[in-house]
Amino acid sequence: MTVDASSSPPSERNRTPFEKGLDRFFEGTTMGFALFILLLLVAIGLLILVQAWPAIQRFGVSFLWTSSWNPVEGREVFGVLPMIYGTLVSSAIALLLAVPLGLGTALFLSENFIPLKIRTVLVFMVELLAAIPSVVYGLWGIFVLIPALKWFLGLFGVTFAGPSMLAASLVLAIMILPIITAISRDSLAALPPELRQGSYGLGATRWGTIFRVLIPAAISGIVGGVMLALGRAMGETMAVTMLIGNSNTINPSLLAPSNTISSLLANQFAEAKGIQVASLMYAAFVLVILTLIVNILADWIVRKLKAKY
Amino acid sequence: MTTISGKPGDIFDAQSLKAKKSSSRNLFNIIMTGLSGLCILLALIPLVLVLFYVFVNGVNRLDLDLFTQLPPPPGSAGGGISNAIMGTLIVVAISTVISVPIGVLCAIWLSEFGSDETSIDEYVRFGVNILAGVPSIIAGVFIYGIMVRPGRPGYSALAGGVALAVLMLPTIIRTADEALKIVPQEIRWAALGVGASKYQTVLKVVLPAAVPAILTGVTLAIARAAGETAPLIFTALFSPFRFNGITNPIATLAVLVYNFAILPFKAQQELAWAASLILVLMVLLSSIIARVATRQKTY
Repeated sequence: MTVDASSSPPSERNRTPFEKGLDRFFEGTTMGFALFILLLLVAIGLLILVQAWPAIQRFGVSFLWTSSWNPVEGREVFGVLPMIYGTLVSSAIALLLAVPLGLGTALFLSENFIPLKIRTVLVFMVELLAAIPSVVYGLWGIFVLIPALKWFLGLFGVTFAGPSMLAASLVLAIMILPIITAISRDSLAALPPELRQGSYGLGATRWGTIFRVLIPAAISGIVGGVMLALGRAMGETMAVTMLIGNSNTINPSLLAPSNTISSLLANQFAEAKGIQVASLMYAAFVLVILTLIVNILADWIVRKLKAKY
Repeated sequence: MTTISGKPGDIFDAQSLKAKKSSSRNLFNIIMTGLSGLCILLALIPLVLVLFYVFVNGVNRLDLDLFTQLPPPPGSAGGGISNAIMGTLIVVAISTVISVPIGVLCAIWLSEFGSDETSIDEYVRFGVNILAGVPSIIAGVFIYGIMVRPGRPGYSALAGGVALAVLMLPTIIRTADEALKIVPQEIRWAALGVGASKYQTVLKVVLPAAVPAILTGVTLAIARAAGETAPLIFTALFSPFRFNGITNPIATLAVLVYNFAILPFKAQQELAWAASLILVLMVLLSSIIARVATRQKTY
């Protein structure tokens, strides 16, 4: 007797060991790739540390507060204090400019001042600000921003060479503003509408509601966004390298050229050898630690301060 | 009947129910609205200025030579950036081939298996966030240490592609994870209900449903990667010649802009602007495509 396969009753057979194995294999493979991400992170940290080891042994912790960077053979002295100063100051100025502007933009885009269609276009434009390549900002900075700054400050009788902390910080501010705006707007939009309705119902004005209810409720997202922007500003390379002047000195004037850790790496890596490579790796390790602290803090703030509804 | 104040007029003052434009809280509202409007205006001025100057300075070299010729020797005019256009395509292709399979498989584990009984997925998500925060130049330093430093193969298109892949990974994992999560749970139950095994459910039902959204994310990641310069300057380096194998240094648009912007020659500066225009157009186009594509939802 032959049984036509298509007319046989539904089978109640169990899965074969092969099929079960296939399932487990698939899940295991995907998990392997997920764990690969963690491995990659550890590998980045370890590799840079190992490569930096000769410099760490030779210069020790004083690398962090030495101000000279001299790659001349036989008289090599390396220290990153000016670059740490440049990284922190340029990021701080950029934040100072970008936080009020970015938050104001986020508030404007999350309220109903203008029709939704126009708002969608504006949101898209702010996103575009983040999508323009860093090197294009650098090119624009060299040929448009710096001449404009020179002309403007010239009106007040101030003259300067051009590439400077000020120019780099201004472009940095433009580049991190969309990060602050996007994350603040997201966390404002995620608030339950009852908060706003309740506040209006009690007689609060629109801006009273924004300052006393909405911003406090969304503060975790806003601060987290600012921290992420800070991390980005500290690691930003190309635009800063093209505009900051790359001078390894600490100068309190914002119009003087300066340097950042990432610019140092961008400038010197391709031509470095010997202990200079190790020193650059040491500098890279310092940058990794700095951004790691900021990013972990950002993650932690978002989790800790998050209001529960 | 009791009244709190002496005069009945105080209670039934009809004027008090009307909003006074001049009251301090209303004035504050108007000023703050104006200030926030000013913020967005100030935020968009740089965008308009950057786009304007890139278009104006880049468009007059947007000719056939640009796409067919090599960069001219210093001092002479004309030339093109054909090698850099080709190079960007090759390097980005390498990074896409590496990062997309890894990223999508990682996202599959996160969204389909991760939350079963372990808390490893929390660590992996945290890791992805940290990886997204790693400065782009550090990706370059990392790959330099593995593939380029003295004693290793040296500067190559391959090293550049791998460095870009490190940067693309978190973007791809995040978008793929989101895309898989949007697929309704019922679809998975239905697949399991008709007897599909886990891998069949994921590969034949859930993943195809998420493909459009994943592709959108990949497009955006590619456009961003094409503009990345920092990880390439000491991995892919630069080359004034045509492409000759992925184990040799290669020219890319982004590095070309960086190298030519600081040269004192007009021809090179013009090419830098033209290359910038191509990069910006690419980003613009991919952002618009992503916008339009995400508007059509499958479910």
